[in-house]
Amino acid sequence: MAKIIINQDKCKGCFLCVNFCPKGLIKKSVKLNKQGLNFVEFSPKAGDSTDCIGCMQCAVICPDCCSEVYK
Amino acid sequence: MKILLSGNEAIAQGAIQAGCSFYAGYPITPQNEIIAYMAKHMPSSRTGVCRTGKGQSQGVFIQAESELAAINMVYGASAAGARAMTSSSSPGISLMQEGISYIAGSQLPAVIVNIMRGGPGLGNIAPAQSDYFQATRSGGHGDYHLIVLAPACVQEAYDLTQTGFDLADRYRVPVMILGDGILGQMMEPVQLSTKKIKVSLAKSWALDGCQGRKPNIIKSFFLREGALEDANLKLQKNYAIIQQKETRYEGLFLSDAKVILVAYGTMARIAKSAISQLRSAGKKIGLIRPISLWPFPQQPFSIKNSRVKYLVLEMSYGQMLEDVRLAVGGRREVEFLGRSGGGVPSEEQIINKVKKIL
Amino acid sequence: MEKIFKRCQSLYDVPTHYCPGCGHGIAHRLVAEVVDELDIREKTIGIAPVGCAVVAYDYWNFDCSEAAHGRALAVATAIKRVHPQNVVFTYQGDGDLAAIGTNETIHAANRGENLSVVFINNAVYGMTGGQLAPTTLLGQKTSTSIEGREKKAHGYPLKISEMLALLPGVCYIERVSLQSPPEVLKAKRAIKQAFENQINNLGFSLVEILSPCPTYWGLSPKESLDWIRDVMQKEFPLGRIK
Repeated sequence: MAKIIINQDKCKGCFLCVNFCPKGLIKKSVKLNKQGLNFVEFSPKAGDSTDCIGCMQCAVICPDCCSEVYK
Repeated sequence: MKILLSGNEAIAQGAIQAGCSFYAGYPITPQNEIIAYMAKHMPSSRTGVCRTGKGQSQGVFIQAESELAAINMVYGASAAGARAMTSSSSPGISLMQEGISYIAGSQLPAVIVNIMRGGPGLGNIAPAQSDYFQATRSGGHGDYHLIVLAPACVQEAYDLTQTGFDLADRYRVPVMILGDGILGQMMEPVQLSTKKIKVSLAKSWALDGCQGRKPNIIKSFFLREGALEDANLKLQKNYAIIQQKETRYEGLFLSDAKVILVAYGTMARIAKSAISQLRSAGKKIGLIRPISLWPFPQQPFSIKNSRVKYLVLEMSYGQMLEDVRLAVGGRREVEFLGRSGGGVPSEEQIINKVKKIL
Repeated sequence: MEKIFKRCQSLYDVPTHYCPGCGHGIAHRLVAEVVDELDIREKTIGIAPVGCAVVAYDYWNFDCSEAAHGRALAVATAIKRVHPQNVVFTYQGDGDLAAIGTNETIHAANRGENLSVVFINNAVYGMTGGQLAPTTLLGQKTSTSIEGREKKAHGYPLKISEMLALLPGVCYIERVSLQSPPEVLKAKRAIKQAFENQINNLGFSLVEILSPCPTYWGLSPKESLDWIRDVMQKEFPLGRIK
């Protein structure tokens, strides 16, 4: 049982976390943030086996320190 | 106690007396005695470590891989709070200009010694005064100044080097000691100072780890709109105070002089010899010897006698000449005698020129 | 739930000026994490280069100095000699460390200065608009090698790490990459090693980080990481060099 919190206003939309999330739980937003960029959203399917495992790969690869990981 | 020292050695000894705790240099003639003296006499130079115990400042000597490295080491040492110096001669000082600009822009104190030789290019190793413009007009990029001090004898080289460190710290500006090959090489007795120097490494802006305070940043980069202008205006304000308080000169026979010789450094010594001959022949000749070349001493040029004439003497083709003309403001005649490329105006040439002017 | 990944103290919580997907953001964070983990924030002094990372001091929460282009190791040498008890590191790009500053790099290493160097190799000049760097790969197109780097005109990619490894004053050199999360973690371990070496007075340590520049490689951020893995790492093999 884990989750991530993304600081959406700091996200520059490089989408590296989207590529590296092993569970496919991070999605590109359709909305724009303060910087005018498509940011990323954490989209877990609660109770599903595809839920966040707290592997921290999203946070480790993020160039902008947008993710905090809880487990 | 008086000891016999060359001008170069006196500068080095003056630096040590002033508590210089970091020296980096690169060999170049005619200033090699400075680097050799620092290597030999800086306390603890062999260990290459500046500080052994708390508050105990000891020396670091580094022979750098180039003048570029030397001046940037001085930047680092000064940023770390040390009293730092480098020395070189004309071509090497040209190489250092970028670093000097950064030191000025970052508001760091430092002492830079230029024992001038002939130029342009590789020139030769004979004495010259042809780096006056470079020294006084901010030889690197940007609007900045160095305090430039020009000793005329070995004792003064020793004394002014110490003054240079104090001024550098007081105003957080680079200070240049500007001499030439003659001053650097000649030997004279020097009265050593017995004053105990207390140099504190504690500079609130310096880099020594942010224990118990916010981080310090040493930089000259201001990208945000308006920030560089603000920083530059702060420098200009500082320069205005320096111009007001730190001009230095020697005046001789100014009250009755009909012709006033204007010369600095080695050239002023030759001028003095010419004056003593001329005065014993009844000629009323005086001398203004600027000791600070920047800020340039304007005040002695405000002589009321409208018939007084100035004769500027330089080991160059006329650089300080421009400052004298600015000081005189077109109100008086300004004549010039100069040689360069190893040529030095002689006493006889000065006397002949004076006789023509009179 | 416990927070298991959080922003570290040595990094200010401010947005950086870097392009999306730029490796500098990751490398800055790794340095800051190492400083936190070694508990040396209050004795660390960083030297920022001229290049894209010129304002690194706006992001790091410890003492920092600027250095003229290429002179970071001259500045660092002096700071470390004045304050041997502090931890002093430089953070330099390929143009800074391996072109204009090659002389300072070689001589600081050869003197065995007790310093740590974080060397960002992204095979291009970023700040000035994507020109040929000393580390640009053969065939790589830049704004000053329009048809791609050609050995007869531009010479070969400079392997400064391998060159430095020859010097007896050098204690540790490792080349790492930011191409995937596991490699990022290895990069952090290498940076930590370089800092620990300094703390243990072992001499000159350098970590070369292959880092993405999506903007001037003309690739997406993910494609850039793949390019590091598939192309760049072939020219610049990862691992401990010394």
